[in-house]
Amino acid sequence: MNHVELSFKLNGQDISIQILPNTLLVDLLRDRLGLTGTKTGCRQGECGVCTVLLDGDPVNSCLLPAVKVAGRSVTTIEGLATEDGRLDIIQERFISEGAVQCGFCTPGMIMNAKALLDREASPSETDIKKAISGVLCRCTGYRKIVQAVKSASEAKE
Amino acid sequence: MSYAFKDYQWSKDIAIKEYLLPRSLAEAFEILAKYNGKAQVIAGGTDVIPRLRHRDLEVEALVDITHLPDMSGIREEADKIVIGGLTTHRQIAASPLIREKAGILADGAGCLGSPQIRNIATVAGNLVSGHPAADTSTPLLALNASVTITSQEGERVIPLTEFFLDKGKTALDCRREILTQIRFAALKKNQGSSHLRLSKRRSLTVAVLIFAAVVEVDHTQNMIKAAQIALGPVAPIPLRATKTEAALRGAPINNETIERAAESVCRESNPIADPVWGSAEYKEEIIKVFTKRGLKKALKQAGTPVE
Repeated sequence: MNHVELSFKLNGQDISIQILPNTLLVDLLRDRLGLTGTKTGCRQGECGVCTVLLDGDPVNSCLLPAVKVAGRSVTTIEGLATEDGRLDIIQERFISEGAVQCGFCTPGMIMNAKALLDREASPSETDIKKAISGVLCRCTGYRKIVQAVKSASEAKE
Repeated sequence: MSYAFKDYQWSKDIAIKEYLLPRSLAEAFEILAKYNGKAQVIAGGTDVIPRLRHRDLEVEALVDITHLPDMSGIREEADKIVIGGLTTHRQIAASPLIREKAGILADGAGCLGSPQIRNIATVAGNLVSGHPAADTSTPLLALNASVTITSQEGERVIPLTEFFLDKGKTALDCRREILTQIRFAALKKNQGSSHLRLSKRRSLTVAVLIFAAVVEVDHTQNMIKAAQIALGPVAPIPLRATKTEAALRGAPINNETIERAAESVCRESNPIADPVWGSAEYKEEIIKVFTKRGLKKALKQAGTPVE
């Protein structure tokens, strides 16, 4: 198989990389680019822990051939903090509200919450639940996750 | 369970040699012809990628059609609604036009998988999967939709009632053809519709039962003029309850008609028993309950509620 050149915007920076065309985005991010904040769980679109933002919309990076992101913008959990290391308000509130248990679903939860808060300044509890409905938390700590997102939205106002 | 072990044997990568991104329909068909059955069309990929990794599907090349021009979007043409083959579930679920004039399709599209999957998965792909529980198949069947299938030889339009052939098998050959358009009549004032879905969870799950119906009524005679009733998964293909529909034509709008329809839809269905998704007896009961509830809801919306 021949390598192809893939260019896209990753966490605000333009990058170009040679990849095999059968690479899935999650493996490109984790194995080639070292961005292991994005997790792999089920690898078939059922758990949502691999969620990244594609042009601002949440998608399962385990289902996305990496070539599909050519010319587009991808944001991972590593792209949320500012360059000087200041966390995003959602990350801060996940910590202060105790919304992290084993932590495996946390990047997926936060990326979906980020997409929601970027388009909806003051979401209702139902909006929040819908926004995170594509991520499974097997510690079943949903209550505090919803609270953390609510708290982040209120802090943003 | 042996099935669980099978999942661990999935390969990480997808076993393909080429991934091609044509810029026009003509170019897509040229590539498909060149591979002569060894390449497969991919759009959103939420169905194709797991199947490839599962070795349920084996191809040399994928032909990604997401860059084809003029294939996405929803528009109105006279009394018809036309949906481009690349339109995603999210676009359908959020469309004011679909919500107003074919609400059951917006409801169905909004139930598929998760927000992340709905952002990527196309409605055409949902139909092409041929899954009897596909979330948009049932409402589109009730809306009497037809699909345009395009190939190098030209295009053909077939009603969705002739599209589903068997579980996972449709009239479309995705190594040669592309579903370019979905089309159906917008609901009229004397029509009502309903969509009901039973599932173990509200998200990230395949439905135990989906019911969708469109009824057309004659207000002056308090009579049903026509009805389309679709269900899934109660047979190898998404089912239209045609015998019940025929019996409903000209029937008076009352409880007796609805009770009879429920028994009749149940007789037309053939749900399988499943240790996870429920016994056949349970599903038959739900089919009756959903038929009654769904018909009442649709009749109420049409302006002829049943007391």
